[in-house]
Amino acid sequence: MVEETPVAASAPILSVKNLEISYGGQKALSGVNLEIVENEIFGIIGPANAGKTSFLKSINRMDMFTPGMQVSGDIVFAGHNVKRLKNVYALRSAIGVVFPLPVGLPMTIYDNVALAPRLRGVKSKVDIDIIVERCLARAALWDEVKDRLNSLGSLLSGGQQQRLTIARALSQEPILLMLDEFSIAVDPVTTMRIEDVLKELKQEMTIILVTNLVQQANRLADRTAFFLEGSCIEINDTQSLFSGGASDQRTIDYIEGRFG
Amino acid sequence: MFAETALNVRDKKVQGLFRLIFGMMTVLLIIPVLVIMGMLIYKGGSVISIDFLFTAPTDGMTAGGIFPALFGTVWLVAVALLISVPIGIAAAIYLSEYASDSWFTRIINLAIINLAGVPSIVHALFGVGAFVVFFGFGTSILAASLTLAIMTLPVVIVSTRESLQAVPQAFREACWAMGATRWQTIRRVVLPNSVTGILTGVILEVSRTTGETAPIMFTGAVFFTPLLPQSVFDQTMAMSLHLFVVATQVPGVPEELPFGVALVLIGMVLAMNSVSIALRMYLRGRKKW
Repeated sequence: MVEETPVAASAPILSVKNLEISYGGQKALSGVNLEIVENEIFGIIGPANAGKTSFLKSINRMDMFTPGMQVSGDIVFAGHNVKRLKNVYALRSAIGVVFPLPVGLPMTIYDNVALAPRLRGVKSKVDIDIIVERCLARAALWDEVKDRLNSLGSLLSGGQQQRLTIARALSQEPILLMLDEFSIAVDPVTTMRIEDVLKELKQEMTIILVTNLVQQANRLADRTAFFLEGSCIEINDTQSLFSGGASDQRTIDYIEGRFG
Repeated sequence: MFAETALNVRDKKVQGLFRLIFGMMTVLLIIPVLVIMGMLIYKGGSVISIDFLFTAPTDGMTAGGIFPALFGTVWLVAVALLISVPIGIAAAIYLSEYASDSWFTRIINLAIINLAGVPSIVHALFGVGAFVVFFGFGTSILAASLTLAIMTLPVVIVSTRESLQAVPQAFREACWAMGATRWQTIRRVVLPNSVTGILTGVILEVSRTTGETAPIMFTGAVFFTPLLPQSVFDQTMAMSLHLFVVATQVPGVPEELPFGVALVLIGMVLAMNSVSIALRMYLRGRKKW
């Protein structure tokens, strides 16, 4: 990612200005302005069709793979405007993504976690072994799979696959981790374990947590944004948001479960 | 409460009737296959021997074996595959993994579908014009195999594309999101999980090519030659044409000889189809998601 002149280190890791996303002319998200600082967990809550997933896709340039998706506005990540970045592959590998439905790739557990190191050219078996063990351990999965690293990752249970996805994202050595409703297909116990993992990961990276569970944002996020019908209604300190400090009535209604 | 009403009884009868009709149609489907196989084995089985497979025809093709034809068919199919498989798979990968949905790709798709619908005799005439005459290959294995290859390309493309598209899109997206290029994604995720399906399609392709007669009879296959081909520029005998010849063109052929030839030909096709079926079963047993 050495393409443009990086700005001062004190700048936010991600800054979004006047973001607009549309699909074939149909607006999906507009007028988003926000800044995310290093080592924070930034929560995004909101009902379906609020534009949360589109927002994530625009950050790591996955819009390139989505026919008809158009992104305008400025997204500056780690000092680089992502739209002008030529090396989108380096951008994507610096951002780990966890999808709503766990995607264990149809290869062994080991190969799932070894894929990113191999893509970036790590050859030594010893090095890859170390990365695989460390990432699986940090995703709280190592103890469950250490004796069957050569079985298929796509045949693990939903909760295990989601942790495998997190381990795979960690193997990218990302500086930003984006989770898109990770708990949708995961049992409550695993959800809690993953939440604990996230709290620890926060020491080393920035996390964007899009969640369908309002209380999950309350438990984890430092700041939380509320998205609704294609706009960002409010960004606030999570604590004040959940202790009655929300400035918009719609946010209060959503948090208190009156709709959504 | 659960007593049978008149309506229930009628529904049951109707349901039985339809089941019977559908079942009978299925049986009807198997009958020709069984009759053909049965007749071939009954009438031609006595001809088959090691000698029959490995000697040349003698006495004006009324006796002897079929080796030059067998050998020639293997040549024709092998060269045709060498041409159509790489091109077909590459084109299918492009269409499935790279091309976006545009008027250009739609035209290509239309062309593929239409190419598949062109009668084989038309392909034969095209082969004569293009490969025998224009490119100057003469009537040769090369010209015949090129004709076969063009004829079978659409099928290779379509079956390969189907195998590729059976790999869920979520896998590709997960891989792209990690920073992999399209090619890295194809090589590490898409191809390893579709290769068995692609192979199945190719083998079915082989069995189809084996039986084709029209495309080769003007472009490279000959009535009779005692010589085995030395290179792709030689002419050759072929099983399908040989069957046509001994069955209709040569007087005084013993009745069982054409049946024997047909039995070997169908045996080749069935053998290849069973490999394809076995692969498919293996694929099913090894489901990865």
